[in-house]
Amino acid sequence: MSVYVLRRLLQSLLVLVAMSVIVFIGVYAVGDPVEILISPDADQLERERAIQALGLDRPLWEQYLVFVQRALQGDLGRSFVFNEPALRLILQKMPATLELAFGAMVIAILVGLPLGLYAGLRPESPGARLIMAGSILGFSLPTFWVGLMLIMVFAVQLGWLPSTGRGETAALFGLHWSFLTANGLSHLLMPAINLALFKISLVIRLTRSGVRETMLMDYVKFARAKGLSPARVTFVHVFKNILIPVVTVVGLELGSTIAFSVVTESVFAWPGMGKLIIDSINALDRPVIVAYLMIIVLMFIVINLVVDILYSVLDPRVRLEGSR
Amino acid sequence: MSEAALEPAAAREETPFRRFVSEFMASKVAVGGLLVFAAVALLALFAPWIAPQNPYDLAQLDIMDGRLPPGAVGGSGITHWLGTDDQGRDMLSGIIYGLRISLTVGVGSALIACLLGASLGLLAAYAGGRTDSVIMRLVDLQLSFPTILAALMILAFLGKGILNVVIALVVVEWAYYARTVRGSALVERRREYIEAAQCLALPTSRILFRHLLPNCLPPLIVVGTIQIARAIALEATLSFLGLGVPITEPSLGLLIANGYEYMLSGKYWISFYPGIALLVTIVSINLMGDHLRDVLNPRLKK
Repeated sequence: MSVYVLRRLLQSLLVLVAMSVIVFIGVYAVGDPVEILISPDADQLERERAIQALGLDRPLWEQYLVFVQRALQGDLGRSFVFNEPALRLILQKMPATLELAFGAMVIAILVGLPLGLYAGLRPESPGARLIMAGSILGFSLPTFWVGLMLIMVFAVQLGWLPSTGRGETAALFGLHWSFLTANGLSHLLMPAINLALFKISLVIRLTRSGVRETMLMDYVKFARAKGLSPARVTFVHVFKNILIPVVTVVGLELGSTIAFSVVTESVFAWPGMGKLIIDSINALDRPVIVAYLMIIVLMFIVINLVVDILYSVLDPRVRLEGSR
Repeated sequence: MSEAALEPAAAREETPFRRFVSEFMASKVAVGGLLVFAAVALLALFAPWIAPQNPYDLAQLDIMDGRLPPGAVGGSGITHWLGTDDQGRDMLSGIIYGLRISLTVGVGSALIACLLGASLGLLAAYAGGRTDSVIMRLVDLQLSFPTILAALMILAFLGKGILNVVIALVVVEWAYYARTVRGSALVERRREYIEAAQCLALPTSRILFRHLLPNCLPPLIVVGTIQIARAIALEATLSFLGLGVPITEPSLGLLIANGYEYMLSGKYWISFYPGIALLVTIVSINLMGDHLRDVLNPRLKK
């Protein structure tokens, strides 16, 4: 067990190093680092001083070591636009993104599970066909366009929900959250639904195929033969067994939800990390771009690592294969 | 299978291709998808002859025609069935030309990614050993990051532009093809015909591309179809975010982005219709892909 965890940890570290090299080369070698790291407003003297200070006159591998050394101390450069440490800027925006992503996950499960259950129990009914057709649409619809249409219908035409922004926030654990106030919740609802659409389709399909497979199992047949009520068979015997894989996949999708929130945040002007990175790319605020990429890569590596270790705890086959 | 057997055409000499065609035609939904996609492709191909206006020719645009609602007649006497955008550009023409760019980028990047991914997948399966594990680790790495993130990263480094979008899409997509081809090639390479080809001392490239690849095609076609739809959607998303195609050659995503600010004042058509065009394109491809998966899946056959 510990050997497996150690191996996995080592692999993650390797990936992290590889990604830092890619980001480093992307910023320092593909583009002109002077142009990237020094504000375009700087004059000639300032530029030369900055080149010296940043060590841009030294060989590339030495520059990489300096970059890593500073990154380890939490120094990923200062934003040109906000003149603040890039890392702090991103960490400030993180709660908004996390709140949106978790909101989307909750909606995906609350909507997707019952619909998938119904489609799995009555696969031939018109309702189930409608649900499945809807899930194809959910996979095909471009997220950003659906977001625009949601704004058009519910904010512009009907005026039920606010179109953009985060609304009022309340403090919890020293951070600001929208879901604690009624106004904030009304701002959160539409972006969260928008981000959830794709995941709802995913949960519907997973649940449906899970139900259809489980219904054929011997223990379900036995429970029915015993004369248990259909409701008890469905909710105790079937439901319990499909819940584990569904929740696992949804958990795994957390990372991609955070990544795709870039789109939703831009549509709804939700002030999270995703909107920050798009604004930074458009403003050529490269230190923030580098910091965002490094943080999100780190986040992904940690999520993948945790999921893999959890798997190996739950399923001995995984770690046996790893030690072979 | 049963539908195909009932047809009199099956009595003729049955080739794999003919069987594939008749099985594909058995699904009305898939044929509908094919027809719609063909119509979209023809629109894009013959855009200069079909579109009422050349949306890139600034001389034809009249700013006085800006933001006309659908069905209004502009100053030049053209009826704008889908309205005009803020520059006075006819939306229908903009959409038809936009389809052209969206399809070119989507299909083009999918083809390049397919070529690259399939070659690497074949190589991994055929060479095995260290080559295999290096290629597959790269695939794992690529697949563990969400597509949008990888594309964002590449465009942040390279900047905007059609070519850069294509590069980003290829980098994001190749791994799907590589994994698919490697999977089926691993099974096929143990077959007798590969052994026979090796005994004849045929060059490796000939064995890979003339013997192994044709037998790995079915899953590749399925993945390819779905990846084209995904590429088109991703390109639209990137262009919407302002990281994709340049403003001078707007794809559907950029047209939708242009309408964003006017939507809040109730001028819905600038964003709405390009979105419908995008939706129709993606859904038609996905419907074909969904059915192709059933037709080409050996597990569903006896």
